[in-house]
Amino acid sequence: MATNYDYDDAPASYNDQATGLGYDPNFVPDSVKSFVMHLYRHIREKNVYEIHQMYETSFLTLSDRLFKDTPWPSVDAVAHHVDNDHVFCLLYREMWFRHLYARLSPTLNQRIDSWDNYCSLFEVVLHGVVNMQLPNQWLWDMVDEFVYQFQSFCQYRAKMKNKTEQEIALLRQFDQAWNVYGVLNFLQALVEKSMIIQILEQEKEGLEQFTATDGYDYSGGSNVLKVLGYFSMIGLLRVHCLLGDYNTGLKCLQPIDISQQGVYTSVIGSHITTIYHYGFANLMLRRYVDAIREFNKILLYIYKTKQYHQKSPQYEQILKKNEQMYALLAICLSLCPQVKLIEETVNSQLREKYGEKMIRMQRYDDEAFAIYDELFSYACPKFITPSAPSFEEPLVNYNQDAYRLQLKLFLYEVKQQQLLAGVRTFLRVFSTISLGKLADYMEVDEPTLRTILMTYKHKTHAVDSERKIISNADVDFYIDDDMIHVVESKTVKRYGDYFLRQIVKLEGVINDMDRIQLD
Amino acid sequence: MGREPQQQEQQVSYTVEQLVAVNPYNPDILPDLENYVNEQVASQTYSLDANLCLLRLYQFEPEKMSTQIVARILIKALMAMPAPDFSLCLFLIPERVQMEEQFKTLIVLSHYLETGRFRQFWDEASKSRHIVEAVPGFEQAIQTYAIHLLSLTYQKVPRSVLAEAINIEGLSLDKFLEQQVATCGWTIEKGHGKGQLIILPANEFNHPELKKNNADSVPLDHIARIFPILG
Repeated sequence: MATNYDYDDAPASYNDQATGLGYDPNFVPDSVKSFVMHLYRHIREKNVYEIHQMYETSFLTLSDRLFKDTPWPSVDAVAHHVDNDHVFCLLYREMWFRHLYARLSPTLNQRIDSWDNYCSLFEVVLHGVVNMQLPNQWLWDMVDEFVYQFQSFCQYRAKMKNKTEQEIALLRQFDQAWNVYGVLNFLQALVEKSMIIQILEQEKEGLEQFTATDGYDYSGGSNVLKVLGYFSMIGLLRVHCLLGDYNTGLKCLQPIDISQQGVYTSVIGSHITTIYHYGFANLMLRRYVDAIREFNKILLYIYKTKQYHQKSPQYEQILKKNEQMYALLAICLSLCPQVKLIEETVNSQLREKYGEKMIRMQRYDDEAFAIYDELFSYACPKFITPSAPSFEEPLVNYNQDAYRLQLKLFLYEVKQQQLLAGVRTFLRVFSTISLGKLADYMEVDEPTLRTILMTYKHKTHAVDSERKIISNADVDFYIDDDMIHVVESKTVKRYGDYFLRQIVKLEGVINDMDRIQLD
Repeated sequence: MGREPQQQEQQVSYTVEQLVAVNPYNPDILPDLENYVNEQVASQTYSLDANLCLLRLYQFEPEKMSTQIVARILIKALMAMPAPDFSLCLFLIPERVQMEEQFKTLIVLSHYLETGRFRQFWDEASKSRHIVEAVPGFEQAIQTYAIHLLSLTYQKVPRSVLAEAINIEGLSLDKFLEQQVATCGWTIEKGHGKGQLIILPANEFNHPELKKNNADSVPLDHIARIFPILG
């Protein structure tokens, strides 16, 4: 097992102290009072721009200044500044918990309370009584945080060894909190109730506008249910990946066309989460080319735009996912060397980070194997076991079980493919070669060589979601009796596209010249 | 809490496929899904989605798991090769369950199929008849997969290689070939001295020249960009 696998192992006891140090949940500084009052007013006035400013900037500034290592004031202490507005209080608590999770580590009671708050918030949204207009960033953060807290709860619960009796009693009593059915059904309900799948369908026929307005509603309605429903599809993709259910995850994402810009690209966090999980799921399904294509696109995008996110609270997360996706790309390209799909910038970044490792991954030995293990462990999602523990003695930790299983199965796949790098090397240098000769070179007998060649064919031909066979091979071949004929897939230059662009350019130049007046 | 969508009443007229589509996260459909696995076995049909849904429910409530059903799902998944369904199922089955003898056998069988080692596969399968014979159509499904893989790889395949891959020999093979020649476009050629060669139907994988070349074509919307200039 790789040693640098960073499961968050913060001791649970440390929380109570952190919240105990001189923190008075009832004390509301003036700046906070003014913050909630303004935010409340902007929400009522549906001023998305101002809400976004306060949410993205003021909340963080205040957090940094006043609540670096304590929670924000309790909701009860601020409620009377906002007319005790029920929905606003739910939103406030959602942010309150998010801040707590980010800066401190939550106690079991707080985890349960946060779950309850999400239940109340989503139920309000599902029953269609909100008429707010909230920024996409905030709505994305809600779904993202909801899934994160679920994942965090599963990790926490799976560490049974150090649980106190009191914690165990609470876990038994509140067994519905962060229950996997509850989590999935909320996300599913948001997708269904929002009718987002139908909306996206109708949009294709021009009957509906969603993407064009970034999901906002400019005719006085609310965007909250629709956009939450939209992001919930990405939430479902992520939850299914955490559970190892890649096929179902990709199915959940299907209504979103990721070959195009969409509302998912309007928030960088959602964009990255979507592609990271899409790519990972495809890697596990052996659809390497699909994974490589999308990783390439997003890595290029991050490379070009990351400077704009430097001040964003998501910056660190962006960088981390960026690194992880390079690791996943290194894995994909080692198993399926389609380097021509990669942009030059991404390629040079990749060589810088993993060039040397990728050379070693081509070999067939324990060291190569160890690198696959290391990269996978570094870059994989934080898999979870969704079921509750048996509370009978002996209490054991099972928080690593899910990860170990996925790793083991992945390495099994790598092992099945490890002879293929060798075959590829020989196929690259010959245009035809007899089975006997290749068997000699590879130091195997002929029947074994035939099985290796069939493995090569099987592993380089993926089955797509419509069960069609798709070739992912960079070098292919066919056998005629006992002769192997190699087919190098040539780099296809897209002359058509090139000429079209030049025609447009030339037209521009001619127009410019026409405008010049000669005396 | 949070289980609201499950409470919708199910009408009897729902098919299992519809149940899965409408209510994928509902523990109450577990018995229906288990019955459906048996139905797939009996009627030689297959639904990956329904089976994954069942494995998911087992994953959520391991105490409800029936290993007999899991074994049937896995055999059905093997029969779906070359699709990666077997792995998709394993991703959802806890490791301690995979340690059981019958699952170990299935994992070995899958390994042989994944690496094109058909002789070992048939040897191993004959030792575990009790497991695989419980599912009708198993042999045939694997033969179909073997032929699929051979047609990706070969234009002309020696009779002996084919015989090994589909585990049919002698007169039965003659009969099988006769049928393939009549219905699937196979041709038989006399090999140079070492027996028959079977010419498999051409496809874009064993005859690369049949592959459609997308590079030569330009999508209409790209051409549309220069319409104003042409006009």
